[in-house]
Amino acid sequence: MNPIETAKEYNEYVEAKSPKSPIFKNCLHAFLVGGLICSIGQLIFEFCTFKGLDTVSANNIVAISLIGISALLTSLNLFNKIGKFAGAGSLVPITGFANSIVSPAIEYKSEGYVLGVGSKMFTVAGPVLVYGISASILVGIISCFFI
Amino acid sequence: MDFFQSIDFGLLVRCFIVGGLICIIGQILIDKTKLTSARILVVFVTVGVILGGLGIYKYVIDFAGCGATVPLLGFGANLAKGAIESASEQGVLGAFIGGVKASAGGIAAAVFFGYIASLIAKPKIKKQ
Repeated sequence: MNPIETAKEYNEYVEAKSPKSPIFKNCLHAFLVGGLICSIGQLIFEFCTFKGLDTVSANNIVAISLIGISALLTSLNLFNKIGKFAGAGSLVPITGFANSIVSPAIEYKSEGYVLGVGSKMFTVAGPVLVYGISASILVGIISCFFI
Repeated sequence: MDFFQSIDFGLLVRCFIVGGLICIIGQILIDKTKLTSARILVVFVTVGVILGGLGIYKYVIDFAGCGATVPLLGFGANLAKGAIESASEQGVLGAFIGGVKASAGGIAAAVFFGYIASLIAKPKIKKQ
């Protein structure tokens, strides 16, 4: 085999040897699982409104139920398997937020219930809340001046 | 069953498609940009707050129901909606209270279920 001399040749060699990123397949999996999770939410929502609840309460119940289901699946070590198949399909819905709290809570149990469970819970969810809440406060303050 | 007759199947299909499409956006971000999952969640929530703040996202929710509210974009939009609604009543104080109040159910549930799960479940042994 010829020695690889230039950076370009090296890049081509790496390109040829590395596995093709199966982005289409990943997107299909994400679409199917993400759509399914949202549809489960929609069925819970329709059941709540069917029982006479208002939309705000129904949306809260959807969020709490989906979070509860993903907490259960995470504790049974099933969420990882779904996540491996679905990629963003289980990450982007609220199930991903729930998993990001529950998974480290279980994982860091050995470091104690305060500094392990209590603080490591927020390694991923913390940033989400920091940026989400801060942005919402800014939006709220701006809306005071424009509306 | 009355409930099954009451289901709006058109809405269910739109919910599936829109929810799936939002997840595809996330998947493309993962595959093309090497963003970690934590950053993707932050991006989705922040974009959701912006879209909610601009008043665009409520049209997506009207169109797709939970297909729009269940992804984290909806979580962000809900934060923004709560902040704006309560700011219109209480001014700047409302801007601080409204967002978290509107999404308190989800946040509290995640913390509570996370704690309960940590009490019950055993950590899995990492294979690395």
